[in-house]
Amino acid sequence: MGEARAPALALERITCTFQAPERMAPAYTAVRDLSLQVAPGEFVSIVGPTGCGKSTLLNVAAGLLAPSQGVVRVAGEPLRGLNRRAGYLFQAEALLPWRSARGNVAAGLQFRGIDRRQALREAEEWLARVGLEGFGDHYPHQLSGGMRKRVALAQTLILDPAIVLMDEPFSALDVQTRQLMENELLDLWSADRKSVVFITHDLEEAISLSDRVVVLSAGPATRTIGEFGIDLARPRDVAEVRLTRRFLELHREIWELLKAEVLKGHAQGKRA
Amino acid sequence: MRRANAHRIRLLAGRVLLLAGFFLVWHVLTQTGVLPPFFFGSPLTVLGNAARWFASGKIYRHLGITLIETVLAFGAGTALGLVVGLWLALAPTASALLEPYIKGANAMPRVILAPIFAVWFGLGILSKVALGVTLVFFIVFFNVYQGVKEVSPVVLANARMLGATRRQLLRHVYLPSATSWVFSSLHTSVGMAFVGAVVGEYLGSSAGVGYLILQAEGAFDINTVFAGILVLTAFALLLDAIVTLLEQRLLRWRPVATTTETH
Repeated sequence: MGEARAPALALERITCTFQAPERMAPAYTAVRDLSLQVAPGEFVSIVGPTGCGKSTLLNVAAGLLAPSQGVVRVAGEPLRGLNRRAGYLFQAEALLPWRSARGNVAAGLQFRGIDRRQALREAEEWLARVGLEGFGDHYPHQLSGGMRKRVALAQTLILDPAIVLMDEPFSALDVQTRQLMENELLDLWSADRKSVVFITHDLEEAISLSDRVVVLSAGPATRTIGEFGIDLARPRDVAEVRLTRRFLELHREIWELLKAEVLKGHAQGKRA
Repeated sequence: MRRANAHRIRLLAGRVLLLAGFFLVWHVLTQTGVLPPFFFGSPLTVLGNAARWFASGKIYRHLGITLIETVLAFGAGTALGLVVGLWLALAPTASALLEPYIKGANAMPRVILAPIFAVWFGLGILSKVALGVTLVFFIVFFNVYQGVKEVSPVVLANARMLGATRRQLLRHVYLPSATSWVFSSLHTSVGMAFVGAVVGEYLGSSAGVGYLILQAEGAFDINTVFAGILVLTAFALLLDAIVTLLEQRLLRWRPVATTTETH
């Protein structure tokens, strides 16, 4: 091998400054000089206190938001416009409410010009893979929150993206559903190792899922303040892995760093 | 289930009783001379006149014309409102430019246009359709405009990440969102198309239920005027029922208020 393999996704010295709505107010810098690399097939979680600009970072990686400074590279190439190699699992409800579950999963294929019937057939297979066999005709409002997340997951993965960006996808779910979904996510991921950037404020979730955990500082002007390789054996069960000694060590180690930032972020929240 | 049915039957009986009571009071008041029958008609004659219209078949032609006018006004007004609404919602410069004129046109009482339309389009169907269109257009237009503006930014971003082109966004995101708003205003716009047709007929025409009423009024035949109003009302209720049926079919994806959402 002549060259090292390019990272699937690289954020290089990204700064995001938002103009304040009123002209006199100072501009707000959400992210400053932040760099991050994700190797092909790597599962990276990003943790940080609330309001630290995690979603901003993901929008930059998706190409939905152009950074004020810095470059995004996808497989070595600088990103222009939307990131076509990435799938994005949003935190909020993002399904098309007027399409059935099957129609939602098929949407991306249809946008790519694949024949409707073919798209719907593939969507049916994906619905089965996320455990929603027989729910194809249900509209989003007829599904539970966890089911809607499964549909969204199938909707994203059916397009076979090289990179999957996930913005606190399970934060609105109850604990049991959440652990189920985490395990299913790991199953799907280990089937065809995509690069994953997983944003969460839940440190346990981050450790139990990832190969690497990146800790961000409290905002504004967020930067990375720590990176931890997670050397827990795979395949993992997210509930069981949490009871291992190594998990607890990692948790303690990362939490010590994160705690100070959370307190800082909390203090800023109070002042605002 | 059975209790719900019994409740429905009782409700229906109550409503019929209310209507019968209304006609009875009307009958007694005009019959005893408390209200002069010349000005207030007599319910038996009114019902008789309406029945004769249907028995002789005279009414069908007029009803048919009013119906055609209503349907055409509704169709044309909706299509126009949909296209212009989508266009202006997605073209901020044009919408800023046209805003005061659209507001002005909407604020203007459209009925005064009826004589102008009669001059332009004659006394036939077209002038009534034109009046109906000016009424329906704005309802649909404002709803479409709102529908496009209210598309969730997350849903939009998601569709873009799934690879939707600008055209596909229009077709698969903006249009469904806008049409859902149009459907939610279906009752109002169908009603308005109907009003446009009847008012147009009333102000100058040679056929239609509005024309029948105008004719009767010219002859001081108050009973026939009331019969016309009765037929119009029944017809409007029928239209409304059809719209409700349509709505239930087309807005199936929408959560119904009575079912609770599960999370």
